[in-house]
Amino acid sequence: MSELINLSLTDQILGLTDKSFSSKEITGAYLNEIKKKKSLNCFISVFEEESEEKALIADENIAKNKARPLEGIPIAHKDIFCIKDKKTTCGSRMLSNFISPYSSEVFSKLDAAGAVTLGKTNMDEFAMGSSNETSFYGNVLNPINEKLSPGGSSGGSAAAVRANLCSFATATDTGGSIRQPASFCGVTGIKPTYGRVSRWGMIAFASSLDQAGIIAKNAKDAAIALKYMSGFDQKDSTSLNEEVKDLQQEVDADQEHIIGIPKELIENIKNDQVRDSFKNAISILEKDGAKIEEINLPHIEYSLPAYYVIAPAECSANLARYDGIRFGHRSESVSSLEDLYVNSRTEGFGREVKNRIFIGTFCLSAGYYDAFYNKALKIRNLIKSDFDEAFKKVSSIAMPTCSNSSFELGSISDPVEMYEQDIYTIPANLAGLPALSIPSGTADEMPIGLQLIGNYLEEGRILNLANKFQKLTNFHEFK
Amino acid sequence: MSLNNWQPVIGLEVHVQLATKTKLFSSSPIVFGAEPNTQASEIDLGLPGVLPVLNKEAISHALKFGCAINAEISEKVIFARKNYFYPDLPKGYQISQLDDPIVGKGSVEIKVGDESKIIGVTRAHLEEDAGKSIHDLYSNNSAIDLNRAGTCLLEIVSEPDLSSAEEAVEYLKKIHSIVTFLGISDGDMSQGSMRCDANVSVKRPDDQELGTRTELKNINSFKFVEKAIIFEIDRQIKELEKGEEIIQETRLYDSKKNLTRSMRSKEEANDYRYFPEPDLIPIKISKDQINDVRKNLPELPEIMKERFRSSYKLSDENAELVTINKETASFFEEVLSYEVSPKNAVNWITGDLFALLNKNDTKISESRVDPKHIAEIIQNIEDQKISGPSAKKLLEIVWSEGGEIQELIQKEGLEQISNDGEIEKILDEVISENQKQFEQLKSGKDRLQGFFVGQVMKKTSGSASPQIVNKLLKDKLSK
Repeated sequence: MSELINLSLTDQILGLTDKSFSSKEITGAYLNEIKKKKSLNCFISVFEEESEEKALIADENIAKNKARPLEGIPIAHKDIFCIKDKKTTCGSRMLSNFISPYSSEVFSKLDAAGAVTLGKTNMDEFAMGSSNETSFYGNVLNPINEKLSPGGSSGGSAAAVRANLCSFATATDTGGSIRQPASFCGVTGIKPTYGRVSRWGMIAFASSLDQAGIIAKNAKDAAIALKYMSGFDQKDSTSLNEEVKDLQQEVDADQEHIIGIPKELIENIKNDQVRDSFKNAISILEKDGAKIEEINLPHIEYSLPAYYVIAPAECSANLARYDGIRFGHRSESVSSLEDLYVNSRTEGFGREVKNRIFIGTFCLSAGYYDAFYNKALKIRNLIKSDFDEAFKKVSSIAMPTCSNSSFELGSISDPVEMYEQDIYTIPANLAGLPALSIPSGTADEMPIGLQLIGNYLEEGRILNLANKFQKLTNFHEFK
Repeated sequence: MSLNNWQPVIGLEVHVQLATKTKLFSSSPIVFGAEPNTQASEIDLGLPGVLPVLNKEAISHALKFGCAINAEISEKVIFARKNYFYPDLPKGYQISQLDDPIVGKGSVEIKVGDESKIIGVTRAHLEEDAGKSIHDLYSNNSAIDLNRAGTCLLEIVSEPDLSSAEEAVEYLKKIHSIVTFLGISDGDMSQGSMRCDANVSVKRPDDQELGTRTELKNINSFKFVEKAIIFEIDRQIKELEKGEEIIQETRLYDSKKNLTRSMRSKEEANDYRYFPEPDLIPIKISKDQINDVRKNLPELPEIMKERFRSSYKLSDENAELVTINKETASFFEEVLSYEVSPKNAVNWITGDLFALLNKNDTKISESRVDPKHIAEIIQNIEDQKISGPSAKKLLEIVWSEGGEIQELIQKEGLEQISNDGEIEKILDEVISENQKQFEQLKSGKDRLQGFFVGQVMKKTSGSASPQIVNKLLKDKLSK
């Protein structure tokens, strides 16, 4: 059975439809693998019985020729997505007792498409972290080398895909939380355009930057999964009321590409292996017929400071609801209302979450708002304009996903050094653009990713380019 | 209270609960008096992952108010988060407006005595209400009811144009009448649908700058607004005359003790750390939309008053009395539809009916005497079929037992004796029983005329027509 879990989503759909194997078999195979690789710590919860039941229903639907698009495909959700009657922890002690009374739109859409939910994946606490070490449930191990970090915050989802514990996994990306772990685990991850996927029921970190996406084995799988997750949702006012393109068709279409390369940024890459591997990837695409254009993104160097004002500012408000009053962790040692707040939050939140709440609260305080928050918003607009300008002449922009491959767990203790993990991924979040990461080589024997950024709502175009690359290379292949 | 050459400067912040079917950002219904926490959805509870969706009805209500006070209307409506911790504020922030309030500068006209005065309205903005904390239900715990959390408020902020408690009350009454005539609020202060904070300071008439102000919270009736402001002006004058300084602070009005006391000083005031709400996109208000609202604006009290004055020849005072609120005005017009004299209608509505309503603590919209009853009573008086005292009696009977006026007149024997002969017989009886008084009357003691009329009324249980009694008595005196 173990070969079933190695198959791509495309082949799994094919095999289920032509009844080469059943959802019961493939679901069982994944559940076995999850048990076998429990030490990777990819999952916070596993729904063994329920997924077996769902698989049986899926098999019935297939037998009756009533299969839905993802009928019987076993998947995992990042534990940031609320699922009705299920524990939804967001990797935090604060929500370690929270059973959601409602479901996120992401879960509902994939559930309605027939997917079988195996469980919920581990993550950095409230999606704040780049190594999966801030999780209350302990860090995830990188399946390629267990001494190393899988990246974060969607480390559980990336490692689960890499370790063949699910067909694909949902994830979220506020500053790189899909792309950086995808890069570290040698898998494909896409963050679509801001507003393409509903945020309803997805626990907020920084509302104007958070976007749900997919981590999958390859670009084609990611395209299929994303297609069924996307769409307008009136429950999310920032959701885009735009037609969902047929990504499944577009990923394989015959498209021409003009790839923009931010020359200055590339020349400044410190890690030789990362720079060489990037240049190699670009030359592969160029040989295949893509046009390469140098572009200028003059304000991109201010992305990191702007992000680390905006994201913490929004987070400081978004996390104010965790006060121990209505749900979540409530301190036992309480003798006043102030105690209830202070002790519940002190005990419930980890260090990194507190760091960011402090930073955000400070940036929004009277007298500092203009110097920090307003200035950050201005930078954000300049970065958007840089991209708008660039997309006048190119169809996608390429740069590395991360300035390094995976690092040893516990090796980065300086928060700012950790924040620099997101230096190449943050600009796409600030501009709200779709961006993906695909494996494109190695550095220090660990995978590194090529990042492709597309124009608004052009997920299909970057997926098409990624698919092209994956047809020409085998960096993305693993057993 | 002696002003002693001090000049009070007052501004009001009026919170009006808008009569929308659902809450400002959720589809929970708004029902007053429902079981605690039964009108609160996952959005109102601020559960992890929920998102606000703006209620369009609230926008249209706010636009009506803006048009009614000839205010500038903002082209785009932006919401902001106002951050503070309180147990009945589920998200730890209130979604409110800071910049670009939906309603900008406007004004209303008030009347104090014979003087008219224009009071500026600085702004009116939309915001969600908090829940309620109940501290006296359990001995050791506080209870929280989130039914009110998320209901739509319009906060109307006046310029500091008011210079006495009396003006403040008139202004508040004006706002009350505008919102009730527009049908955008029930304006019921006893149920908290209208709440008021007052900013009060005093200065010397020739001072260029305003004095230090205090903010009075929690004043929830017209009477308390007046009393609280009077108390506070007096307190401030006394402090200043003692050589003390006024501390800028928030003060709570205690209606039981009729005093204000310090709640928190400026130093302890919250830094609300406002920033634009990232979960909502700016709403555009078009010129067409504004024109549409303006065109369909219902008749406002000022215009209605003018119409009543000219069409029904009502005095200023009477026109004012029947336009005190929308319900009274429509009650009045319904009475008039039975073709009775407008003056009589005003007298009966604002006299005996109001007295009955007050006595039974009932609103006119729930009156047990309907306009038809009043109209028929007036018709019977105008036709001299019943006397004034009988009419009053009828009103009481209708209130307590209901019924048809004509039937009740028959049943209760209230028909007026307008037969001259019959009344003359009784008058003769009275005169013969009171010979001495009759002689005195004849010799010019006019005061005794009422005595004789009264005696006749007494003998006929009030059913004699007093006009006829008077006429017959006059005849007898001149003989």
